[in-house]
Amino acid sequence: MLTTIVIGAGHSGLSASRFLSERSIDHLVLERGDVANSWRHDRWDSLRLLTPNWQSRLHGFRYDGADPDGFMTMPEVIDFIARYAVESAAPVRTHTTVTSVSSTSQGYRVSTNQGEMLCRTLVIASGACNLARVPALEIPPKIECVSALAYRRPDQLPAGGVMVVGASATGVQLADEIHRSGRPVTISVGEHVRLPRMYRGRDVLWWMEMSGVWDERWTDVDDIVRARKLPSPQLVGTPERTTLDLNSLSAMGVTIVGRFAAVRDGKALFSGGLKNLFALADLKLTRLLDTFDEWAIASGQHLDVGPVERFEPTRMPETSHLELDLKSGEITSIVWATGFHPDYHWLDVPVVDRKGHLRHEGGVVDAPGMYALGLPLLRRRKSTFIHGAEDDAREVIEHLAGFLARQPA
Amino acid sequence: MAMTTANNGVNVQALLDAREVLKGAPEAAKFTWRASCKWRNGTHSKTDVSGFFGLGQEQKHKTETSFEADHPEIFASEDNGITPIEYVLVGLASCLTAGVAAVAQNRGVQLRSVESQLEGKMDIRGILGVDSDVRNGYDDIKVTFHIDADATKQEIEAIVAQSQKRSAVYDVVTNPTNVTVEVV
Repeated sequence: MLTTIVIGAGHSGLSASRFLSERSIDHLVLERGDVANSWRHDRWDSLRLLTPNWQSRLHGFRYDGADPDGFMTMPEVIDFIARYAVESAAPVRTHTTVTSVSSTSQGYRVSTNQGEMLCRTLVIASGACNLARVPALEIPPKIECVSALAYRRPDQLPAGGVMVVGASATGVQLADEIHRSGRPVTISVGEHVRLPRMYRGRDVLWWMEMSGVWDERWTDVDDIVRARKLPSPQLVGTPERTTLDLNSLSAMGVTIVGRFAAVRDGKALFSGGLKNLFALADLKLTRLLDTFDEWAIASGQHLDVGPVERFEPTRMPETSHLELDLKSGEITSIVWATGFHPDYHWLDVPVVDRKGHLRHEGGVVDAPGMYALGLPLLRRRKSTFIHGAEDDAREVIEHLAGFLARQPA
Repeated sequence: MAMTTANNGVNVQALLDAREVLKGAPEAAKFTWRASCKWRNGTHSKTDVSGFFGLGQEQKHKTETSFEADHPEIFASEDNGITPIEYVLVGLASCLTAGVAAVAQNRGVQLRSVESQLEGKMDIRGILGVDSDVRNGYDDIKVTFHIDADATKQEIEAIVAQSQKRSAVYDVVTNPTNVTVEVV
């Protein structure tokens, strides 16, 4: 019997492995494909990391290239994580798909397409974005629907207008790229998080890190359920370090409509509450910038950054459409950028709530010896980012080691 | 913001407690609101509201309330009450205002006065059937709040935004809702 099995060889699973190795806890990392599998197969072609290169760091490993302010392309991310696996000598079993996990008297039985294994403790690092969340709406069959997980490049969409549903990092990036391909784009906007790429001459994620916002712990967050559901911020990593928000999309000619609420008589109906969504996002952005400014003064950093900036409020479209006839041919495809959720269909232990989320306290799952990593705000606001894996993995593996110490061997 | 001293007359603790209880009892959260309407004459009708269902059982308001509705004299009616579409403004205004009070209380903000003006713009060629491209209902609703409170402008704006986010009537007005009308 193994002491620990880690499911998933992405940045989270490999971080867990590194800390397990440091504690000489024997373990295996099971990976359904190759190391960094989701980065290899579930991303669109042009995607770059949202975080600048200097922020790409894992426990005992960091970016050492010539462009610290740049943003990694997917091949670079894959290479980065694959090198980490090699450098950590992580005991990864690739092409080993977990088909079920069930409880035993001493731990867990993990069944895979390569056979069965037993372990005392389990770390689930299988990702937060395994499946696309697509609303149950009756879209006319002649409209081609593509989820953000299946989307690769504009060419894959039919000619004609495209509706991108969702305005997280994914939604705004795809709207931008598809618009540039010459297809008219409508973006349907629900609750969103607005961020400028640069603030006072620094990357906004430098501010998130330095001011401590990203280190806010899950126990200090007001409404953790809500905070864990927050969409990713409207950001894109480009060499030009451009801001990509709804104002930049509308300036380039993308049509902005409200939340896609229903389909009635073949017409898409959009919420009329767009203005309040803009107000909420603008207010939240201002509060965040206030936090940065207060920190800058308190820390003395205000001398080394540019002057305080405030950004133009999100502009209401001149005419805001409440409906779009899906049978008129105005749009020929829909790209769902409406979020993702983890896939636990293989987990035969009752630790998943009715909404499909793991029941856990800071990664300590509600089953003896079971742990999770790499979920939104698992232990800190930065939990799902590459550089967020280190602190979470350290603490989760520390808890795991404590659990083992209390168990008879 | 002083969390302890603000008193807007909203029992926020009861609401927060209810939120916790209902997390584990979603069935009790299912409410049915009711109204009964009777035609008087012409465009005049009277609607009574008294009972509703919630927390698993029948509930009753302290008193029954009646609402007279009619059309104005310029529509060749008798103006026995406000027009039905104006009741939508009544509902929206009172819902957002209740929300402002509750959110302010929850955030420890003392309110001194909350006033709002509502304007719903409508092209009556829709209901008259003059032009089928014109919709029947409002094509634009504007709500203007004037709030005097112990808070910055930004905090007040955030309270009003949160009130919209949690408003039942705002939701019904801004989002499509299934409506079934039957004759029995």
